Amino acid sequence: MADVLVIGAGPAGLAAAAAAREAGGEVTLLDSSDVLGGQYWRHLPDSRPAERERLLHHGWDTFTALRRRLESDPHVRIVTSAQVWAIERDTGVPAVVHVLVGPPDAGGRQRLALRPDAVVFATGAHDRTLPFPGWDLPGVFTGGAAQALAKGERIAVGRRVLVAGAGPFLLPVAASLTQTGATVVGVLEANRLSTLVKGWAPRPWQLASTHAKARELAGYVANHVRHAIPYRTGRAVVAAHGTDRVTSVTTAAVDAAWTPIAGTERTVEVDAVCVSHGFTPRLELAIAAGCALTPDRFVMTGPDQQTNVVGLYAAGEITGIGGVDLAMAEGSIAGWAAAGGPPDDKAVRDGRRRRAAYRAFAARLEAAHGIRPGWTGWLDSHTIVCRCEEVSFGRLCGAADATSTTSLRSLKLSSRAALGICQGRMCGRSVEEILAGRVAGGRLRDEVVADQRPIAVPIRLGDLAARRDPEPPTASPSQSPTPNETE
Amino acid sequence: MDCDVVVVGAGIVGSACARTLARAGLSVTVVDRGAAAGGTTAHGEGNLLVSDKRPGAELDIAQYSARLWRELSVELADELGPGFPSLEFEEKGGLVVATEERGAGPLLELAESQRQAGARVRVLTASEALRLEPELTPSAVAAVHYPEDGQVQPVIAAEALLASARRAGARILPHTEVTGPVLTESGELTGVQSTAGTIRAPHVVVAAGPWSARVASSLGATIPVVPRRGMVLVTTRMRHRIFRKVYDADYVGAVGSNGSELQTSSVIESTASGTVLIGSSRQMIGFDDRLRVNVLEELALKATQLFPFLRMASVMRVYGGFRPFTPDHLPLIGPDAMVPGLWHANGHEGAGIGLAPATAEILGALIRRESPAVAAAPYLPGRPALASVGGVR
Repeated sequence: MADVLVIGAGPAGLAAAAAAREAGGEVTLLDSSDVLGGQYWRHLPDSRPAERERLLHHGWDTFTALRRRLESDPHVRIVTSAQVWAIERDTGVPAVVHVLVGPPDAGGRQRLALRPDAVVFATGAHDRTLPFPGWDLPGVFTGGAAQALAKGERIAVGRRVLVAGAGPFLLPVAASLTQTGATVVGVLEANRLSTLVKGWAPRPWQLASTHAKARELAGYVANHVRHAIPYRTGRAVVAAHGTDRVTSVTTAAVDAAWTPIAGTERTVEVDAVCVSHGFTPRLELAIAAGCALTPDRFVMTGPDQQTNVVGLYAAGEITGIGGVDLAMAEGSIAGWAAAGGPPDDKAVRDGRRRRAAYRAFAARLEAAHGIRPGWTGWLDSHTIVCRCEEVSFGRLCGAADATSTTSLRSLKLSSRAALGICQGRMCGRSVEEILAGRVAGGRLRDEVVADQRPIAVPIRLGDLAARRDPEPPTASPSQSPTPNETE
Repeated sequence: MDCDVVVVGAGIVGSACARTLARAGLSVTVVDRGAAAGGTTAHGEGNLLVSDKRPGAELDIAQYSARLWRELSVELADELGPGFPSLEFEEKGGLVVATEERGAGPLLELAESQRQAGARVRVLTASEALRLEPELTPSAVAAVHYPEDGQVQPVIAAEALLASARRAGARILPHTEVTGPVLTESGELTGVQSTAGTIRAPHVVVAAGPWSARVASSLGATIPVVPRRGMVLVTTRMRHRIFRKVYDADYVGAVGSNGSELQTSSVIESTASGTVLIGSSRQMIGFDDRLRVNVLEELALKATQLFPFLRMASVMRVYGGFRPFTPDHLPLIGPDAMVPGLWHANGHEGAGIGLAPATAEILGALIRRESPAVAAAPYLPGRPALASVGGVR
């Protein structure tokens, strides 16, 4: 039986684990959170069960059924609070996966080194917020953070909240906010109506098979209508104001490239603002394992979701931002193949069909809502770009000018941007785009990308110095013996 | 001719050479197959060390270069102005600590020989060492303080040298790879073919760090420079609790060794930004850049033995790079032994940041047919010590 390691227990990872079991694999499922479900099905801890989870989550029944199935299966070992901190490649197995188990930042976390026969990377994405003046004020949230507080804590981030940025994710954010009692004063989509139409409209019949997606969207739109939330396109939050906390924001019309248009500014009074401009895939583990990327910086996969490295598979948002249905379709194909399931079995045919349908959806999403380069036009020299190291746009440009550099690594080391504790997860791609906009041709030729993080999460020196643990962690709900561990 | 000198490599050594040559009035073109300061320069601590150099040719060039860095740090800051990021030049001093009795003797012997050769050296008692570094393990048995040891931020230093070279007229061509020689009919090197076309020049300087043997080979020469892998751990920011560069005494032994197996010894220091850098490892595994957790574990173990408080510190990044190793631990500076028109400024192993200014001065003098401030003989690529060593292609 193949030992399949699934990293990430969101929709893609759960589907991969279930499919790997169907194909007869022995499964280890890791997640950094203390519960299953990922960002998409983020929910109250089981110690605080809530009756309304079902109303707050799309596909909640799908999730609970998957969870029940995996938790009751003796051939599935689930390890939560498990952070993969490093991956070794080319060691004779597809990958050696080094894991810390225990609360993040705690010392004395248990260390594991797993040597599975196959790995499914299902590490997902985090939402990306572009910097703007005042974005570091309290009261400014990423859409993901606002939604996590709403779903995971039942806390609304404010009473009068503006939601802004780009993409359909803004709608569930607004919905979560209204469900926790906030008044959403508006949703601003930076892309203009013409861009949205161009992105979404061609060959509409191709979308026919994605009616679940349409239904989900229709639900958000209904929520919008019910709460009379204005939805405006071609407009962005270009500054937030306040002393101790945000009290108002400036919005402005932007052109098709997202460059703000002078004279269109308006002030909106709010006590919180949620801003998300899209998603950044969590690529560092796949990169560390040697997986090749596509030109648009997702993990490159073949028909069975296999990467260029034998035995390594990828599914979900790290292969392209496409939402829960695509993630689950990819996960089921990847898990099946990783466990050695025959490729033309009818068990994967349905997954393939769903994947084809939702990929078309994902392509439209990017065409309609993707980030455009004009956003740097709303920065001023004092705007903090890297929050960990407090590097302003002015300092970043100053370092780039002084050195005439064409290299992201050099700019990072000379400005300190993206060198902080988050390792550029927040600002890395923004720093890259700012630099790219300043070099001839508008493209960096460096092989270094902001997604490389050989140490994926910080590890205490004491834990690193200690020997790796020989026993499976006691925190695991499943105690099945695992033959694939070392030391 | 397109220019007087082509420098291959825009790391710290190539940048220093370009600056020195351009300021001497030569027209200089620097090519690098990647961006500037992206190779070995960007993957180390920025050590300017006297402490690990043995008396003789190693210590002579190190002391000369330390003097030049002191001057350069001021000159570059004046020339480039406050808008240029700080070089973070700091003569913070080094503390070499023996944690076992068997290491104490060799450390004290080396220190005495360095003192006789003119290095500033202070032998400390254990309690004096603890006064300098209060967090140090109380089990230290011997310690030597080297006040001349210093550091720079290597990428900023290289960019500063390059910016200064540019102001003196040098042309920098990043993302330009050398593909072959341009030869005269009589076989003299008179430029390079590159991905940006032919660049004609009477002098070609190979300053490509661990890749120098490959570049030299593409130009018809053979040199014994091979990569020696090293890794550095970077912690999250913290309050300054380490004030000097602190090494385990076995570091000197590791630097001086020719072994190809994994060696680790502690080299620990704080940076201006509040992170702590933890080295060092040495491994001859070609250009294999894979992360190896056992190396990180050894580094962590030794670092926590030297500074027990580091047990609770978190590592957030790791640098892995390649040092340009030579069999006699001395750099190659001067004309190629076989190919006229070809010059070397490479093979500095882990000392390239420290030795870059001296290398540039010695090379510049030789190209201009002047006499360098430090005798060049021990560093010449044709030196007898290397004659018996097979070249590496």
